[in-house]
Amino acid sequence: MTTSPLAHREIALVDLLDRLLAGGVVITGDLTLRIADVDLVRIDLRALISSVNENVPSPWEEP
Amino acid sequence: MTEALRADGLQYAYAVVRDTGALDAALDGVHGVAGEPVRAVVHLGLAVVAGPVPAGEFDEGPLKERLEKLEWLERIARAHARVVDAAGADSGVVPVRLATVCRGEEGLRRMVETGRERFTEALDRLDGRVEWGVKVYAAAPPPAEPAAAPTAAVSGRDYLRRRRAERQASAERWGRSEDGARQVHEALCALAEQTRLHPPQDGRISGEADRNVLNAAYLLPRAESPAFAGRVEELARSSAGVRLELTGPWVPYSFVAPFSEDTAGAPDGGGGGPGADRPGRSGV
Repeated sequence: MTTSPLAHREIALVDLLDRLLAGGVVITGDLTLRIADVDLVRIDLRALISSVNENVPSPWEEP
Repeated sequence: MTEALRADGLQYAYAVVRDTGALDAALDGVHGVAGEPVRAVVHLGLAVVAGPVPAGEFDEGPLKERLEKLEWLERIARAHARVVDAAGADSGVVPVRLATVCRGEEGLRRMVETGRERFTEALDRLDGRVEWGVKVYAAAPPPAEPAAAPTAAVSGRDYLRRRRAERQASAERWGRSEDGARQVHEALCALAEQTRLHPPQDGRISGEADRNVLNAAYLLPRAESPAFAGRVEELARSSAGVRLELTGPWVPYSFVAPFSEDTAGAPDGGGGGPGADRPGRSGV
């Protein structure tokens, strides 16, 4: 089952940030800063932009 | 706000389009990240869509600080996207990376000079194209049996056997959903001019309970959107063990660079492996 395209609902922030933080032309030059230079937060944003790397729920460890 | 309106004040850049002269109408009434009116600054046949922003929020120090606040980030992300959408409503548009702030209109013009080749290359390549996002989730596992603690009634051997079976079932389930995701991706790649894999989303942020195993973007001619969406529907029906979600059409954010070389360290077009770093985590 797919959910319908965006027509009638607000874009999910997480989908938007996937694109805004990793897409778009990156310019060098006399900018105030480059987003790549930002130490994007240790808090929620860190979790947001880092991939889910918790693999399969940890298998039970046999003694 | 008056300082923000000076021509030599900070300018937030949203997107670059070809200068067709029609942009002012498209941007009429559109407001940017600071609530400012946006306009086109024309240079070398291109137009940068930009707006004056206050230094108190957008100069390097404050900007850096604010970008770390999710609420603020959401506000500017949505405003940025609104402006890009407006700028691209009737023409090809190349979005600029979020939080690109130049010093004065002179800075915007220098940006066009510096990036001219890349902008024109992208405008040509992306003309008439849209991006669609497809996410594949591992379908929810069957409700877990209550993790009955071993009691005296269950022998140690039974317990171990049961756990082994559970572990195996879980591994098979993940294996199936990854196979499913790969098949979906391969089928959709055949319809796309370019594809890009974003790192799978963290359920803690997306609010999705099911594990995200594919987070892909596909670039295609706008006219082919219905066929693409139809194929996604079809795959959603035929793929067991996974759930698909379609988003779009997007301005082709994920495809402004021909090979996505802009994301330091982010593998692109790989096998959907996890662990892709994103900007902000590089340079460690």
